[in-house]
Amino acid sequence: MSTSTIDLHDSHGPHGHGHADDPHHQHHFTNMQQQFDTSKIGMWLFLATEVLLFGGLFVGFGLMQNRYPQEFIEAHEHLQRPLGALNTVVLLISSFTMVMAVLSAKHSDKKKVVMYLILTILCACIFLGVKYFEYSHKFEEHLLPPRWYHAQPGDTVRDVAGNVSHGYGTFFAFYFMMTGLHGIHILVGIILLSWITVRAHRGEFSKAYYTPVDLIGLYWHLVDLIWIYLFPLYYLIK
Amino acid sequence: MSTHTAHTHEDGAGVYVKTLVALLILTLITVAASYVDFGSGNVVIALFIATVKASIVALFFMHLRHEKPVNSIIALAGFLFLGIFLMFCFMDQDTRKDPKPYNMPPPALNLPPGVTAPPAGAPPAAAPAEKH
Repeated sequence: MSTSTIDLHDSHGPHGHGHADDPHHQHHFTNMQQQFDTSKIGMWLFLATEVLLFGGLFVGFGLMQNRYPQEFIEAHEHLQRPLGALNTVVLLISSFTMVMAVLSAKHSDKKKVVMYLILTILCACIFLGVKYFEYSHKFEEHLLPPRWYHAQPGDTVRDVAGNVSHGYGTFFAFYFMMTGLHGIHILVGIILLSWITVRAHRGEFSKAYYTPVDLIGLYWHLVDLIWIYLFPLYYLIK
Repeated sequence: MSTHTAHTHEDGAGVYVKTLVALLILTLITVAASYVDFGSGNVVIALFIATVKASIVALFFMHLRHEKPVNSIIALAGFLFLGIFLMFCFMDQDTRKDPKPYNMPPPALNLPPGVTAPPAGAPPAAAPAEKH
């Protein structure tokens, strides 16, 4: 890959490549542009591994749905569709505020960066709050993985002794694994967002250097993207 | 190498607002569609809309449409390998002859007090005898 020689940093004027001058410039990169591009490639590689991490669970979910189709349909009725939809909307809005934070960072608008980042964190907290509400409801009803699953009145797939099929618990095992792993990603996101909010507040980001905001933005959108698939798979599909 | 980078093309706030509105409308459509029974079409509709939404997020919010090709290739590679993974797993499951309950290991029964488990191997009565 050739290195791009466009000058991004008008503040550097005669120094051309944004070289040497910039305190963020690390010596092993030719210029700030190359440094930025390298970080981006690294982030996208990480995101690809994230897709595969969740991908394994999606494949498992698909296989189990194939094996227990009736149980999965009945079990999914226990999820509250409006809450899932609410969380979808909350995450989409948070993605929007995140991208606005990146845009503001590009324009060196410190106040707006901090504001949009705080809004993003707020949305993330709302998301986790709704998830907490949903989880506690499921714990109360014993809608849990097979070992702890209690039969619900509507469960029709039973063996000769009247025991419900393992499929019901399997659905909730996957539900907790996948939304749980996703929730951990949200939690990590909140920590990362808080970190860059502090840094933005200190005025560390400007159009010359906003890589952390950009990369954490990418991470945040991926978390949103995964939820875009989780939501229909768990809450909507019949 | 072209000079197409995230810096030469820049989306403004207007594009992001439109993107958000499009995503919210698609969410509304997919939720509404889930209340209508299209039979097996429900799955297709839900996953199709999800894919459209995911593409919008990737192209606009994640700036893939202005990104250097290498990043798009990495992103697509992730999904390509996920696709291969999915395809072979489903091919495996769909070509297994007998995914019947009696071919699987018996589940650990969680019996209520007073109920005894049926003797192992008794049900199903219609299971064919072992052939020699």
